[in-house]
Amino acid sequence: MSALRFDLAAIADQIGREKKGARVLDVGCGDGALMAALAAEHGADVRGVELDPVKVERCVARGLSVIQGDANTDLANYPDKSFDFAVLSRTLQTTNRPDQVLGELLRVADVAFVSFPNFAHWGTRAALMFGGKMPVTNALPVSWYETENIHHVTVEDFRALAAEKNAKISREWNFANERAISPLGANWRAEYAVFQLNR
Amino acid sequence: MECSPKSLANMTLLLASKTFAIPEPLPLDSGQVLEAAEIAYETYGELNADRSNAILLCHALTGDQYVASNHPITGKPGWWERMVGPGKPIDTDRFHVICANVIGSCMGSTGPASIGPDGQPYGMRFPVITIRDMMRGIVALLDGLGIEKLHTVVGGSMGGMQALSLAANWPERAERVLVLASTARHSAQNIAFHELGRQAIMADPNWADGAYYGGDAKPDNGLAVARMAAHITYLSEEGLTEKFGRRLQDRDSKSFGFEADFQVESYLRYQGSGFTQRFDANSYLYITRAMDYFDLAEEHGGKLADAFAGTSARFCLVSFDTDWLYPTAESRHVVHALNATSAKVSFVELSASAGHDSFLLPHDQLDRVVRGFVE
Repeated sequence: MSALRFDLAAIADQIGREKKGARVLDVGCGDGALMAALAAEHGADVRGVELDPVKVERCVARGLSVIQGDANTDLANYPDKSFDFAVLSRTLQTTNRPDQVLGELLRVADVAFVSFPNFAHWGTRAALMFGGKMPVTNALPVSWYETENIHHVTVEDFRALAAEKNAKISREWNFANERAISPLGANWRAEYAVFQLNR
Repeated sequence: MECSPKSLANMTLLLASKTFAIPEPLPLDSGQVLEAAEIAYETYGELNADRSNAILLCHALTGDQYVASNHPITGKPGWWERMVGPGKPIDTDRFHVICANVIGSCMGSTGPASIGPDGQPYGMRFPVITIRDMMRGIVALLDGLGIEKLHTVVGGSMGGMQALSLAANWPERAERVLVLASTARHSAQNIAFHELGRQAIMADPNWADGAYYGGDAKPDNGLAVARMAAHITYLSEEGLTEKFGRRLQDRDSKSFGFEADFQVESYLRYQGSGFTQRFDANSYLYITRAMDYFDLAEEHGGKLADAFAGTSARFCLVSFDTDWLYPTAESRHVVHALNATSAKVSFVELSASAGHDSFLLPHDQLDRVVRGFVE
């Protein structure tokens, strides 16, 4: 199996540490890499939601239970607390109402993992400040007119949202150059962040 | 091959390569009982020693058990040969595939053309049946074959309704449930098109209240019109435009008459008349009725999620973006009910230009989904 992307690997390890055979919902599951790893390595009972039908087809073809659906609307059909963990990786910033999606994650699952590119990374700030244009960086590689990211978010913004939604942040990971960094000054230094939250 | 009304009545004996006599009277949703019913079926591939590799295929309204072998009347290849066979997505080198003609049909299983207890064809004395009744017959067949648990039940269109019915009413009988281009209930529009077809049959003087067996003529005109109307619902506007546009049939200009000037008219007439060679008009009435009565939620207290409360099966639903007969919203409705019961479910809407019929046509993505799901 190919190695998991760094933010997914952090989430997979944490879920594996917390519970074997966990029920997990992966929202925006892509080609199912995290789902497959959780099932194979931690015996998890995993379900996925993915918008892109080509990716859904790949997931189904590898035996994963994935529905073609939209994080904005399709979480409403899951009963409260139907999962131990809900994962939203690099999808929050593409949703219509990230605040509502976060609320839904914490309704359907006891614990949520949310990962996103940090718009306040120094490289992004520098590109905007000195270049005067919407940044195109490693973490944000697509021009403003074709990016799926409609709600850019920073580490500080997310901490504030969690507080506003009465969600407790139990753990936080920060990454730069695909490597974990200390949370010190993360809002400047992190290209990506992963948060673990619960009510 | 021409098919006289007499031979139609005798199809039961002529066509079924395998027939199972249901040992007990079959109780029906109507409260009636079907005595001495028979199920005609075909199998492909070997059943393994622990009987764990059986896949049940459920056929659509006018389908039959000849999934991957030539149709005995038309001589045409089986209706899903591209999907079922050695090395195909439903691989008969690995799986034992069973397909049974539903009761009410006319390809060997007991239906209105069969001889009733009094030695006469049932005709309209045949009891009205439901999708669940069809599955009662097929479950009796599975019992007879000694197959406790299916590896997978697969069906498209009406076959998908049967697969859902099995999952809801006999949740322990299938490990996987694959439903293509189908629905958990017939909509008003679905019922309306079926009623159009039924009225066309009943308006044919040869229908004779269904008592045409053994006579000189059968209601071919009515049945052909019913088929033409239904056939339109199986296609998409895009598909029709692609295939026919406004092109004329074997002529350079319009006839200013009512011959089949347009290719699409000629095609529909051909579909209609061809259909009468292989299908019984009364069966068409009964099976469309069964589909119209289908509402899986209603069977389970009004809430679809409750229909699946007892299931531990894995589900996969597939819809097609140009299918307006059973549109994606209907599949999603089922998916949401399954989500509400925390069932393992996959769902994908595939893009295809052919409308409802897309599930029968070549589609690489569909092949991969089916192959992956039955792995």
